[in-house]
Amino acid sequence: MKTLDRKLLRDLWHLRGQVLAIAAVIMGGVATMVMSLSTYDSLVTTRDRFYGEYRFAEVFATLKRAPETLTERLAALPGVEHLETRVRAGVKLEVAGFSDPITGLLLSLPDVGEAQLNRLHLKRGRTVQAWSTDEVVLSDTFADAHGFQPGDTLSAIINGRRKTLTVVGVAVSPEYVYQIAPGSMFPDFKRYGVLWMGRHALAAAYDMEGAFNQLSLTLARDAHEQDVIDRVDAVLADYGGTGAYGRENQFSNRFLSEELKQLKTMATIFSAIFLGVAAFLLNVVLSRLIALQRDQIAILKAFGYGYLAIGAHFVKLVLLMAVLGVAAGVALGGWFGQGLSNVYTETTFRFPYLDYRIDLRVILIALAVSCLAAVSGTLYSVVRAARLPPAEGMRPEMPATYRTTLVERIGLQRWFATPTRMILRHIGRRPLKSLLTVLGIACACGLMMVGNYQKGAIDFMVDVQFRQASREDLALTFIEPTSGRALHELAALPGVDFVEGFRDVPAILRFGHHHYRSAVFGIQPQGQLHRSLDHRLQPVALQPGGVVLTDHLATNILHVKPGDMLTVEVLEGSRPVRQVPVLGITKQYLGVSAYMQQDSLNALMREGSTVTGAYLALQPGAEAALYARLHERPRVLGMVANAAAIQSFYATIGEFILFYTLVSTLLAGAIGFGVVYNSARIALSERGRELASLRVLGFSRGEIAYILLGELALLTLVAIPVGFLVGVGLVGILVVAFQSELYRLPLILTPENYAMGASVVIVSALLSGLLLWRRLGRLDLVAVLKTRE
Amino acid sequence: MPPDNADPAIFVAHGLTKVYRMGEVEVHALRGIDLTLNRGELVVLLGPSGSGKSTLLNILGGLDAPTGGEVRYLDHMLTGASEAELTRFRREHVGFVFQFYNLIPSLTARENVAAVTEIAAAPMRPEDALGLVGLGNRLDHFPAQLSGGEQQRVAIARAVAKNPAVLLCDEPTGALDSATGVVVLEVLEKVNRELGTLTVLITHNAGIADMADRVIRLSDGMIADIHANPAKKAARELAW
Ligand SMILES: Nc1ncnc2c1ncn2[C@@H]1O[C@H](COP(=O)(O)OP(=O)(O)OP(=O)(O)O)[C@@H](O)[C@H]1O
Ligand SMILES: [Mg+2]
Repeated sequence: MKTLDRKLLRDLWHLRGQVLAIAAVIMGGVATMVMSLSTYDSLVTTRDRFYGEYRFAEVFATLKRAPETLTERLAALPGVEHLETRVRAGVKLEVAGFSDPITGLLLSLPDVGEAQLNRLHLKRGRTVQAWSTDEVVLSDTFADAHGFQPGDTLSAIINGRRKTLTVVGVAVSPEYVYQIAPGSMFPDFKRYGVLWMGRHALAAAYDMEGAFNQLSLTLARDAHEQDVIDRVDAVLADYGGTGAYGRENQFSNRFLSEELKQLKTMATIFSAIFLGVAAFLLNVVLSRLIALQRDQIAILKAFGYGYLAIGAHFVKLVLLMAVLGVAAGVALGGWFGQGLSNVYTETTFRFPYLDYRIDLRVILIALAVSCLAAVSGTLYSVVRAARLPPAEGMRPEMPATYRTTLVERIGLQRWFATPTRMILRHIGRRPLKSLLTVLGIACACGLMMVGNYQKGAIDFMVDVQFRQASREDLALTFIEPTSGRALHELAALPGVDFVEGFRDVPAILRFGHHHYRSAVFGIQPQGQLHRSLDHRLQPVALQPGGVVLTDHLATNILHVKPGDMLTVEVLEGSRPVRQVPVLGITKQYLGVSAYMQQDSLNALMREGSTVTGAYLALQPGAEAALYARLHERPRVLGMVANAAAIQSFYATIGEFILFYTLVSTLLAGAIGFGVVYNSARIALSERGRELASLRVLGFSRGEIAYILLGELALLTLVAIPVGFLVGVGLVGILVVAFQSELYRLPLILTPENYAMGASVVIVSALLSGLLLWRRLGRLDLVAVLKTRE
Repeated sequence: MPPDNADPAIFVAHGLTKVYRMGEVEVHALRGIDLTLNRGELVVLLGPSGSGKSTLLNILGGLDAPTGGEVRYLDHMLTGASEAELTRFRREHVGFVFQFYNLIPSLTARENVAAVTEIAAAPMRPEDALGLVGLGNRLDHFPAQLSGGEQQRVAIARAVAKNPAVLLCDEPTGALDSATGVVVLEVLEKVNRELGTLTVLITHNAGIADMADRVIRLSDGMIADIHANPAKKAARELAW
């Protein structure tokens, strides 16, 4: 082995504490990146494979009712490759021992043969038998939530008639990877289920014999999606079609795409922030570490080693550290990534399998960024040291043009004893280095705040959404638009405190070339339960005659401002197209909506007082009895309880984010400790000789510890407020990057966020201080007298 | 201050040994040293490189512990003393001067001295100590602004400023030319004479031995020879 290589190994061993701490910093950055990006990649791969293998359709349409004979005409439309019709029915479900309202969606399966599109992946049991009358296959989320096994039974109220169904199988469908009840915002596996049943049996129960009310199709090669949609719409116009749509507007797929987009943003931003900060810290730490070796560099140069040989030597040293950190980061990130993917598929998305994979590209990027940061930090120091004539390099780093500090110049020095003065001078002597140390520690503090930020943000969002905007206890939807008089009946039910009706109309909102498919909500202008909030989150009264849009919908999707005229293409009834002025913007963190006064919306639809649902405030304790009564009402289709919605939110999206938060907090902690410990160790190396000399002169361990740790403490204290600023900045980046239809994060930092940021730094500093204290006890006093530095 | 009465002995060492164990190899740095050093003496330690001079001085100064034997300082046993006791011993009684000065680069000359006087019981004023070594006009200069000889004189001022009973100097002129060396030696001589400080001075330079009261020669970890020097010369008259 070459002597220099032996030196390398010995240096690594000698610096092992620091090597580990540096590796921890890289590991934290790389693990965050690998975890986030691999989860994203895996979900995308899994989705694509699932969609392909189970033939997820490309265009979908629902209608009121069309005869089966129409199928041939539709299938023959140009651009259609394969087309299938189905019967779908919204139902209420009853599960023994569960009193909350459950909404169900029943879909037909062909009586003979298998479906060609949107095929089911059976997880358990079998599919329904041909011509069976009561057999159903359940979606696995619903089955798992209630513990259904093949052979169990449940009841459904189909068209007002109760029917007992027998579970024969449990399945996953590409159409319902993400399942949300109409009108709710989050998945709730206990209170919403998708069921598949034989076509004949379902049609009989739903009065759809010889007819269909839903179709899906795949596109022929070269077919243009919009053309096919237009042709289908033209045919369905006479059959109550509500507008065909492509995958991008298919409910499950749209949410899945949004979530994946969100995940991608989160993965990219978190990776960039974590890896970026880790790279910066690596660069700073290594350049200081190498600067300590300047005498060695000078000696090697004096021996006649060239720049290249010296540079290569130190580059090898840091590359070993970087590779160690990257390897650990990939391993840990892969492990966390698998956990994260599982949380995802258990709480939110249902896939029959998960193709977990770490893209080689991700590893290469991590490796490249880490190595680049390490090598550039190193070369900078090596070149700086090697540029000096060897004679100068061998002298301790000088010219130590210490100056009296500002504090002293204005006459405060008599308040400081010599050790304190040494601290101040040392900091003042290399302001840039001190600044970098402060920045490094501040970054660690900021990272911790980012990693930890989302929990508080989610609590805030839930509070705004459910306690200020949607304050109803229960939202129910009717089977079809209903006269406003129905509200009086609801209000008269025992246990109901207060009722507010709403009218929602599915529509495409259009402004210029921007459009968005959703619904217009007609609510009460002075609503007590469902309210629209201004930017200060204060409820505002709706004005008549126009719409109020969620800020994100107005600004980022439709690009309209108050005063503009919005085109509303209604997707039901005679499908009128109307011009409606935008009256204002409302603040909403979850989802996006367009609101109108109910009366104005009724006027727009040229209808009398009509509602499609109602918000209810309930008397405490009356829920169970009321649910039972509502259940009996044939016109009531679905019910969403607010408390259950909050619960399911925390159980799904919440759980995922909390997992993410926990992991990124841990990794931020590792990075934080790595940085603080390294700063402390390097300070010790830089000043070990001085401190040992003081020990020889009779200073006690406590006194020299004060000089060393006092500096660390001072820098740490300065770094904390700077770290708060860094944290707020990073969270700001996150907030801006995270805007999506699903949610926008509020720029909310709780006292806990600040406390976590500060504590990771303080705990790291205390721990490092403790480790240094032990090292100070082992300073070799004799050795410093024998060498000149 | 040591008491003025009968026993002049400050250090008494018996059978001092020091063995460095490095794996299989044992290095015997000291192989049984018996020695008494008295108040007010100026003792020069001579000997070839590796003969154990620094090892002996470090043990006397409480920087290192012997493997065997014992050392007494007045009525304190140094062998077996705790780390804290040794720190106190150094702080209260010993002044060190090293070959490489070991000044604190972030402190001025005055502050380097003050760093020690602040923790001493009955020190001189730092300005007086620096005056003693002829640097009264360089009080506020940092080490980097001083020559090697001047830095060594600051180190001496720092060592004597606390009025130690013992001054231990390991090759104080090792890094200096002879003219500058003489200046430094004059300072040591003056301190020894005026303050009555027991001064032990290691050197490779036999010429310097002429200024000693006693000369001790070490060889291979043992005392080869001790002789008094009745014809003591002033530092100024030395040449090498
Ligand atoms: N830390 C150590 N580990 C191993 N051996 C040591 C150590 N320190 C000193 N020695 C050995 O002890 C012996 C005495 O060393 P010491 O430093 O006392 O010599 P010295 O007389 O001061 O020499 P010089 O005049 O060269 O300074 C030497 O052989 C040296 O190699
Ligand atoms: Mg020596």
